[in-house]
Amino acid sequence: MTMDPRAAMHHSEVAVSVELQTPDMTLNLGPQHPSTHGVLRLVAQVDGERVESVEPVVGYMHRGYEKLAEVRTYPQITALVNRIDWTSGFANEIAFVVGAERLMGIEAPPRAQWIRLILTEMARMANHLVFVSSYPLELGATTPMFYALHERERVLDLIEGVTGGRFHPNFNRIGGVKPAAGGGSSQKKLAQDLPKGFIDETRFAMEKVFEICDTMDKLIVGNEIFRGRTIGVGVIPPDQALAYGVSGPNMRATGIDFDIRKVDDYLPYSEFDFDVPVGENGDCFDRYMMRLHEIRQSARIILQALDTLPSGPLQAKVPRIIKIPRGEIYVRSENPKGEMGYHIISEGGRGPYRLKVRTASFSNLSVLQWLLAGVLIPDIIAILGSLDFVLGDVDR
Amino acid sequence: MNVLFDNFWALLGIKLLLIVLVVMTTALVVIYAELKLGAHFQHRIGPYFAGGRWGWAQPLADALKFLQKEDIIPAAADRVVFKAAPMVSLMAYFAVVVIIPFSPRLVVQDLDVGIFYALAAGSLGTLGVLMAGWSSANKYSLMGGLRAAAQLIAYELPLVLAVVGVVIQAGTMSMVGIVEAQAEPAFHLGSVGIPLPFVLQGQLIGFIIFMIAMLAELSRTPFDLPMAESELVMGYLTEYSGLRFTMFFLAEYAGIFVMSALVSTLFLGGYFLPGLPSNVFGPVILMGKTSVIIFLIIWFRWTWPRVREDQLQGFAWRWLVPLALANLAVTATLKVVF
Repeated sequence: MTMDPRAAMHHSEVAVSVELQTPDMTLNLGPQHPSTHGVLRLVAQVDGERVESVEPVVGYMHRGYEKLAEVRTYPQITALVNRIDWTSGFANEIAFVVGAERLMGIEAPPRAQWIRLILTEMARMANHLVFVSSYPLELGATTPMFYALHERERVLDLIEGVTGGRFHPNFNRIGGVKPAAGGGSSQKKLAQDLPKGFIDETRFAMEKVFEICDTMDKLIVGNEIFRGRTIGVGVIPPDQALAYGVSGPNMRATGIDFDIRKVDDYLPYSEFDFDVPVGENGDCFDRYMMRLHEIRQSARIILQALDTLPSGPLQAKVPRIIKIPRGEIYVRSENPKGEMGYHIISEGGRGPYRLKVRTASFSNLSVLQWLLAGVLIPDIIAILGSLDFVLGDVDR
Repeated sequence: MNVLFDNFWALLGIKLLLIVLVVMTTALVVIYAELKLGAHFQHRIGPYFAGGRWGWAQPLADALKFLQKEDIIPAAADRVVFKAAPMVSLMAYFAVVVIIPFSPRLVVQDLDVGIFYALAAGSLGTLGVLMAGWSSANKYSLMGGLRAAAQLIAYELPLVLAVVGVVIQAGTMSMVGIVEAQAEPAFHLGSVGIPLPFVLQGQLIGFIIFMIAMLAELSRTPFDLPMAESELVMGYLTEYSGLRFTMFFLAEYAGIFVMSALVSTLFLGGYFLPGLPSNVFGPVILMGKTSVIIFLIIWFRWTWPRVREDQLQGFAWRWLVPLALANLAVTATLKVVF
């Protein structure tokens, strides 16, 4: 703002109480920044510590998986999609495989479905354990990370025991799951199943997971500073959540009781007794609590699934070369980060004509610009972290 | 020997050398304690190989590594201020050690205005931080520096007010005098006089206020906003590397030692422990008390999250300052009444 010096002199007597006008500063957070979970970039206009506006810039991690899928066969695509959200690799595969099975008109045998369900919940647990431990890290508490990641390692070990991979299992097959890792001919592999001692180890790990949830309750949730930093910060009202397509725990924190596990049947969740935690205020604190409760619910589901694990084959009868008849389908699943959906369009070939992936993080981040206007700089980090996203899931 | 001690310049040289050695060594020990304690708080082992056993030489190895690093000065930086900032930061804490008594005689200079001088010199460290933030020509650094300055203004007041309570009770500002006042019997049990440190003589609130304000002065968790690594990358340290970074690093840990020694002297009886001759065991006693405070500071760091800027300011002005004033009023009243 420029002013004629003479006019300024003239006005000097009345202008003493006018606040000093300082220009806004552009603060560029990212793409290289400790708290943007990879390569998210936020261009913030800040006035001192207060943020006037934020423009998120995404796309630094675009890997073109949707396009790649068009030149892959269906069995190859599971290896692509479990890299979309690497903190819960297994859960990414489910909706795609179920969609392909539905187009082919087959269904995985019960044992395969149960194993899928157990591993999906383990992936959810692994993802949420990272969240409940890394979120305090963004608020400055370094230690919880080590406690929770220790337990997450148990869960990942279990996943590895079954699938052979910690992060990218690539375990689902159209029509069932891959027989457990281990030697032997392909005929013998079919007979092989969950690794020895898996059920006992899982029960033990679940106990530990319940314990770490209680530890987090005491260490983090009860902490006055943590509550001060999160309660009432970054409030998303229910109508805004729906308008921006926020899904998963972020949406349930606003008070909307909606869980795809309860309403859809992509996996046999109706067989199990579990609660869907619902928040009240939609602030960072509620979003944190959603995840903490969901870990416990996942552990409950897994324990029930171990009790009712049916026996039988792991694979339905599928042709050697998988071709999917002409048609299209949209299948969605409740991923740890929210709703993940695959729109598969088949022209009758060995690979999809088009594969559209709806990822939770991308839609969840769209609320960011609205949410971050007018907050303080530390709250950017607090809010950003509470949305629980990974850039692979945003950019695909 | 007496010739050496009588010569002003020779004595000054010895004293300076001692200060530098003591501060540097303790800073390295505190760094090691932080590495090792932090590791154990986090279910880790921490430094293990350097130096043969328990990784005792890790801080030395780190320092040597930093010495070899390239000293980068950003093109847009204000070179003079940028270079001076780490020295200002480090010097401030060296200056404070001057008045800390390790025993009745083992004190570099027992000033009459001892604690007054210590607080004044100690807050110069923040000037170095502000200089670093300003001169780095980096937005994160600038915000870190300004946060440090705002923090200093907010927390210097409760810090000083908490000390004034001690000064009133001791009746002197000399550090040795304050310790001697705590060595006096606070009450008599039969014919045995029981001395009590000031923290047990009604200065408990003052002690707590001083501890909190001290954490803020040192920018330690939960008040580590000036270098909040999840927000400001490294705050005022973002552009520093090599030797200058090492100096800031040493200054941080020297500051922890110096402030902890101040707390021990002011509130915990300093070098005095009933039943032990202060002249002989003074340094050990003071170091023991200081270690307890340092342990607390490290413990806080690895446990708590960080507060927000407005919460930090609100806490200082709405709670600490009124509380410190009330504490002061009560102390003064009791002093007059009894």
